Amino acid sequence: MMLPNAVPVSWYLILSAILFSMGVAGFLIRRNIITVFMCIELMLNAVNLSFVAFSYELKKIDGQLFTFFVMVVAAAEAAVGLAIILTVFRHRMSLEIDDVSSLKN
Amino acid sequence: MNSLFPTSADFIRFAPEIVLTVVGTLLMLLEPLTGDGKGEKPQLRWLAIAGLALAMAAAIFAYGDPGPAFNGMLLVDGFGTFFSVLVIGTGLLTVFCAQDYLIREKQENGEFYALLLFSIAGQCIMATANELIILFIGLEISSISSYILAGFLREDRRSNESALKYFLLGSFATGFLLYGVAWIYGLTGSTNLATIQATLAAGGVNPRLLALSAALMFVGFAFKVSAAPFQVWAPDVYQGAPSPVSAFLSAGPKAAAFAIFLRVFTTAFGSMADRWAPVFWGSALLTMIVGNFAALRQDNIKRMLAYSSIAHAGYVMVAVTSHSTVGTAAAMFYLASYAFVNVGAFAVVSYVAAKGEKHVGIGDFAGLAARQPLAALVMTIFFTSLIGVPLTAGFFGKFYIFKAALDAGMVWLTVLGLLNSAVAAYYYLRVIVVMYTHEPSVAVNELEPASSGLQFGWVAAAAATLALGIFPSALLEFASRAAILR
Amino acid sequence: MPESLAQQYFPLLVQILLAVLVAGGMVAAGLLIGKKVKNRVKEMPYECGMTPTGNARERFSVKFYLVGMLFILFDIEAVFLFPWAVVFRELKLFAWFEMVTFVVLILAGFFYIWKKGALDWTQTETSKAHKPPTALDLMLSDELEVAGRR
Repeated sequence: MMLPNAVPVSWYLILSAILFSMGVAGFLIRRNIITVFMCIELMLNAVNLSFVAFSYELKKIDGQLFTFFVMVVAAAEAAVGLAIILTVFRHRMSLEIDDVSSLKN
Repeated sequence: MNSLFPTSADFIRFAPEIVLTVVGTLLMLLEPLTGDGKGEKPQLRWLAIAGLALAMAAAIFAYGDPGPAFNGMLLVDGFGTFFSVLVIGTGLLTVFCAQDYLIREKQENGEFYALLLFSIAGQCIMATANELIILFIGLEISSISSYILAGFLREDRRSNESALKYFLLGSFATGFLLYGVAWIYGLTGSTNLATIQATLAAGGVNPRLLALSAALMFVGFAFKVSAAPFQVWAPDVYQGAPSPVSAFLSAGPKAAAFAIFLRVFTTAFGSMADRWAPVFWGSALLTMIVGNFAALRQDNIKRMLAYSSIAHAGYVMVAVTSHSTVGTAAAMFYLASYAFVNVGAFAVVSYVAAKGEKHVGIGDFAGLAARQPLAALVMTIFFTSLIGVPLTAGFFGKFYIFKAALDAGMVWLTVLGLLNSAVAAYYYLRVIVVMYTHEPSVAVNELEPASSGLQFGWVAAAAATLALGIFPSALLEFASRAAILR
Repeated sequence: MPESLAQQYFPLLVQILLAVLVAGGMVAAGLLIGKKVKNRVKEMPYECGMTPTGNARERFSVKFYLVGMLFILFDIEAVFLFPWAVVFRELKLFAWFEMVTFVVLILAGFFYIWKKGALDWTQTETSKAHKPPTALDLMLSDELEVAGRR
């Protein structure tokens, strides 16, 4: 359904940019590993929003297909990442990123 | 518009990845069905070696009929084949060099080899990708497998930490890269590198947004090749990961990441080279300086090699900055020589480190020449190549890179790069001196002889280093022909 | 056809208002008309009508996370079935072979996790011989065991 005065695509792109920036900021500021990881997921989903918006704007379907790939990659990343976080937790009993710093010279 | 249905040529050009995936899956399936609980699975090791050899043969065979595959998603050309063969070769060398380590840690299992093969499959896709989404998928296949490999010793604190840092920063970089891809798609309406190149050359694309998306992709790539200022993850990851994995990470994924870096920035963004070159110039210089000067202060040899790997990424960045066919060929030659050297050097480290990686200080290498002359000899060959002494691969690598830089008129970068390699000589020579002149350390006295597989790995890597150093022309000629990217 | 953006989204606004009114009205009605009783039973956390056992901040068995992660993976993979289903009629046999390849790879992964014991919820060493362990036993005994280790 194409409405004549639907929300302009640039709004979606701005929203996506805001979400992406929130992800980046959260990644840099937050100290809890799970929160940091969620910020990465937020970045990926912001990209998905961009893809869909561009796909709509360009009247091409492939942008929407890319989101499938991004979603699957994000899921694989989530599974591996959570497994790594769990093993780290088993050793340190902590999810604070500052506690994970035994590698220094 | 091509047909939707792939032809046999498509499958031949995709054969290396198919072989790696099938053998990797087979290894994964055989893992629970084999083994005697002693942590030793030679049959799976040989299956992995056979799979890698077959994949390499497939990659070379596919080059007999180069061209695009699957509607231009992949492009089998000299450049792609060069990097495919390089990463598969790195994988083969890693398998030989890892076996002692894995058996010692009772961790030789199908998963290690399966993940290695999957990672290499991803890198082969990266090498031949001609489309940003395929490139992204290849990169992720390679990266996700590498994250697990870095944390392969589940019970080891350092290995966990290495995996966590690699995972978090790697995914962060992926986010940037992908956002750049999304914007390029939005601006040019395509993710095919050739189409993007044509669209950008024709002009009419908003230059600010284009610069933004190129910058986002640069951040993503720079993270993956550990170029400054995005190199912070590398020392911790290479230090904490199991030594054979560090060897692989600093050779295979890095070479493949440089392959996509070169391909994207010389083809798709080639027409705006005058705008990205200054950024690369600064990044190359900073990478060399950070790597070399930090390596000077390290006492842990793995951490030192990690910083050295950053410095070498800086030299390759110099070649990328020159943005010429000569520069691309020099980068290819350099990455090939560096891959063999680094896998070999980390293999010697993994040998001296002994169980649980206790002995990774530079002092632990004292007197290695007296007790284990072969290990000391190959380590010397690797380190002289890293310094860039003539008759080793590293000399010609550096020579071609700085020649390309001079050809491109970057006199200052060349001078500063040469000064950097002079600084670098100090920390490599220190290890050589310790190995040959000091009294044997406790670590060295306790060493058991290396297995024949590990010795083969050392000798093969050292032979490749010397061969490229004495007869560089064959590889360089191929690289020069392959470096003409379209 | 509505013209301006505001007009298009007017029904949505009405719906939001209605939802707030209904929900707020119910809470307000409860506050105004309802009887106020305070005792221990009333203050207890609600657990489907049963007496709560233990602290709500109990640490769960890692197996929950493991199954959760595996679920994410296999669930998301199914997303590729949708575009496949759209073009299935045009691509005919080729699409079938493609999907068979895809499903075989997924099944290989399934076989792997199955054989590795990731789906095995029974205890191996510390199982109580006379009765099957309850979920609580699992939580208390192996909260930090990684499943699938043999």
